[in-house]
Amino acid sequence: MQIYLPIAEVSVNAFLLLGLGGIVGILSGMFGVGGGFILTPLLFFIGIPPTVAVATGANQIMASSFSGVLAHFRRKTVDLEMGTVLLVGGLIGSGLGVMVFNHLKSLGQVDLLVTLCYVVFLGVIGAMMFAESLRAIRRSRRGAPPKRQKHGWVHGLPFKMRFRTSGLYISVIPPVLVGVSVGILAAIMGVGGGFIMVPAMIYLLGMPTKVVVGTSLFQIIFVTAFTTMLHAVTNQTVDVALAVILIVGGVIGAQIGTTIGNRMKAEQLRILLALLVLVVCGKLALDLLLTPRELYSTSAASGG
Amino acid sequence: MMLRRLALLFCLAALPAQSQDAEEVVLGLSSDKVAITATFEGSDILIFGAVKRETAIPEIPLQVVITVSGPSRPVTVRHKARRLGIWVNTEMVMLDAAPTFYAVATTGPLEEVLSSTEDLRHRVSIPRAIRSVGAASMAEDAERFTDALIRIRRDQGAYLLREGAVAFDEQTLFRTAIRLPANLTEGAYDTRIFLTREGRVVSQFKTSIDVRKVGLERWLFSLSREQPLLYGLMSLAIALAAGWGASAAFQAIRRG
Repeated sequence: MQIYLPIAEVSVNAFLLLGLGGIVGILSGMFGVGGGFILTPLLFFIGIPPTVAVATGANQIMASSFSGVLAHFRRKTVDLEMGTVLLVGGLIGSGLGVMVFNHLKSLGQVDLLVTLCYVVFLGVIGAMMFAESLRAIRRSRRGAPPKRQKHGWVHGLPFKMRFRTSGLYISVIPPVLVGVSVGILAAIMGVGGGFIMVPAMIYLLGMPTKVVVGTSLFQIIFVTAFTTMLHAVTNQTVDVALAVILIVGGVIGAQIGTTIGNRMKAEQLRILLALLVLVVCGKLALDLLLTPRELYSTSAASGG
Repeated sequence: MMLRRLALLFCLAALPAQSQDAEEVVLGLSSDKVAITATFEGSDILIFGAVKRETAIPEIPLQVVITVSGPSRPVTVRHKARRLGIWVNTEMVMLDAAPTFYAVATTGPLEEVLSSTEDLRHRVSIPRAIRSVGAASMAEDAERFTDALIRIRRDQGAYLLREGAVAFDEQTLFRTAIRLPANLTEGAYDTRIFLTREGRVVSQFKTSIDVRKVGLERWLFSLSREQPLLYGLMSLAIALAAGWGASAAFQAIRRG
């Protein structure tokens, strides 16, 4: 069934969009990532104009994250204190990120920088997570208790705060910094930032994996709501019809994903996310390295 | 598919404007409005008409060229090149105005039915329909950017050249069908008919097809442009409601 999207001004298959939303929803529920890093490129691929894809993607991710976070709230796996601290940093970061983005835009080459950002971050994070979860799986096979880093440099900083749900008593400086840097990247790359946030929470802040997912989703809701409003008001590129179809697929997927996520071991979950991140990274890197079929590209924008 | 085959022969009234020509076009369209609904899948427009003459049919045969042009928009065309091992956009050209849709249908090969001077004057062929005044100053050999745009849009079905697709009976009755793709931009689609003889335009006629979003499509589009804040809040509300609804529904299923 074809459907004409009023803002994107293209006609696409409704079931294809439902499926896309569903896949992204499953990822969102399983890993606590918004899924923007997969959804946005997929929307480009099926012919949605990039500006509409980025703006509408944010709206869709917000819905699936909200659906996911409700499931986590019931299970009490959301650290509200940590989420709020991260969010404060995140909003500051997205403000900075938008400024950086506009500066890069005025220099041209913004597409390349966005892609390079993706390749570098996805590559580094994916490889780190993959190596770490392999080690964790090997350790648990040997029967040794998983080692948890208790005292790093993070614990020497001032402004300590108790995060009860995470079982942490650490300074607020690292979470705020994590929030700021994720916010900057999120604004530049046009994603919720979950795929950076999740590993940062596990490896930098030492939060338990089960809490990380819910807390990340909690924070993503606000970041994507902010992004959606910004796009709707300034660029008028949010396509509600597209969003609704993606959302219907996405919210169902998120519930399935959350159920799957709860039945799997944390290490398995991490290794899967690591593989996924590496696959997307590889695809983007290939696009940069292989000779494109069409050397020219067109865009409606009148500016650089 | 909302194709209304309403034959609207409204053109007789418009004729006096070109009364100095010996041969004039009398035009009909299968529909002068295209409604874009939520399930729009493209539309076929039937363009037909007749040549009206006061005198006998001249010996040299008449040819017909029909163009349909969607609204023009500025377009940026970028060219990729390999730098330090990766493919990056290196050159860029801004074309002032390129039609979002453009179709040319003729009774024969375009070079034969229309001379290049007439093409230049009336902007009939696809490359002529694209305006690129400032392009030459932005890159060397700016024409390849225009060529690339045409190639890309032709692959998308947005630019059509149908030589010999106009049926022309008895030097009097002509007709052709033009396929409007599903990815249409709203606006007035200028439709022009040229009568040519030995490459020269002897008469022309212009009308337009109105392509509009209707119903929900219209409402959403207008809201996003006129009340962006409200539209944004509505998007957020829909997202939250859908998220909550799905969560509640799944809980109910699990309990039930």
